[in-house]
Amino acid sequence: MSKQNTETAHTELADKTQHPISMYLKVWLLLFVLSTFSYMVDYYQFQGALRWTLILVFMFLKAGLIIMVFMHLAWERAAVKLLLFVPPLAILVFIVLMASEAEYVFINRVISFFNP
Amino acid sequence: MPKDNELDKHEASKSSSWQSAVDDWSADKQSFDMPWGKLMMWIFLLSDTFIFSVFLIGYMNVRMSATVAWPNPSEVFALTIAGHHIPLVLIAIMTFILITSSGTMAMAVNYAYQGNKQKTVYLMAATALLGASFVGMQAFEWTKLIVEEGIRPWDNPMGANQFGAAFFMITGFHGLHVSAGVIYISVIARRVHQGKYQKKGYQIVEVTGLYWHFVDLVWVFIFAFFYLW
Repeated sequence: MSKQNTETAHTELADKTQHPISMYLKVWLLLFVLSTFSYMVDYYQFQGALRWTLILVFMFLKAGLIIMVFMHLAWERAAVKLLLFVPPLAILVFIVLMASEAEYVFINRVISFFNP
Repeated sequence: MPKDNELDKHEASKSSSWQSAVDDWSADKQSFDMPWGKLMMWIFLLSDTFIFSVFLIGYMNVRMSATVAWPNPSEVFALTIAGHHIPLVLIAIMTFILITSSGTMAMAVNYAYQGNKQKTVYLMAATALLGASFVGMQAFEWTKLIVEEGIRPWDNPMGANQFGAAFFMITGFHGLHVSAGVIYISVIARRVHQGKYQKKGYQIVEVTGLYWHFVDLVWVFIFAFFYLW
């Protein structure tokens, strides 16, 4: 981890926009492997909490690689990172609200449609 | 000159911390140190994040509140190839294609900044072709689901009626983004080839790349939440 950090710092100092092509190929390969893993989650039919955890872990790893390396956000200033990461927090709140609303609708459907 | 060295160190540590955000916002200058085209693309992508999030949240809501079992995507999107029944196979191939196109786009941006016009154009063309093949596969998938499986936005033979509405809405909107991206990349690649950015600089390739990576990013979430969940 610390090695990666020093490497990042080094490239940042060298030139913000120049990275070796090999870096992109490595990340590409990593994304391939992660996609294969997430496909395997379905192929081997993992179920329940394990399935959801694996899906989310691989999803966030892939999303992180794409945003940080391919979209170069790792080399942007903190002001840009804040611009992009703070507003989506509202989405998390919305997810919680809509999940509880869905529970409510579900319970009401069960009560009124299946309990005469 | 030890003092200069100290100062450099100070500057370097500042640029990667909260302090840099405070500096950027409090200084008497523009807050975001980038060309306006790139900043506008970031802001557009931020707003697009909200649009896709709302679609996915709507999907979550109808799936959680459905009293009929949700169709199993693993089965719905299975294909039989050469006698083998493989779950989700087309979606997996589409995922790999989109990731590959993101890789070629990232390299195109790199070559653009090196001033390598020819390689930039080739890699952007490859990206556009891969994107077009993604849209082609999606058209195939839609046709199969509509014609053979009888899935409609209002009902389907496999389970909860809401499945079709969520599916066509989410993948349709994403497919629209891919199609627009293919056109966008083709136009920019053509203009790079014509040498229109020789004087202006190749920032535009990076801006185009941001859009394309975002389309790939959205697919990561759709793949996880719609096809795998």
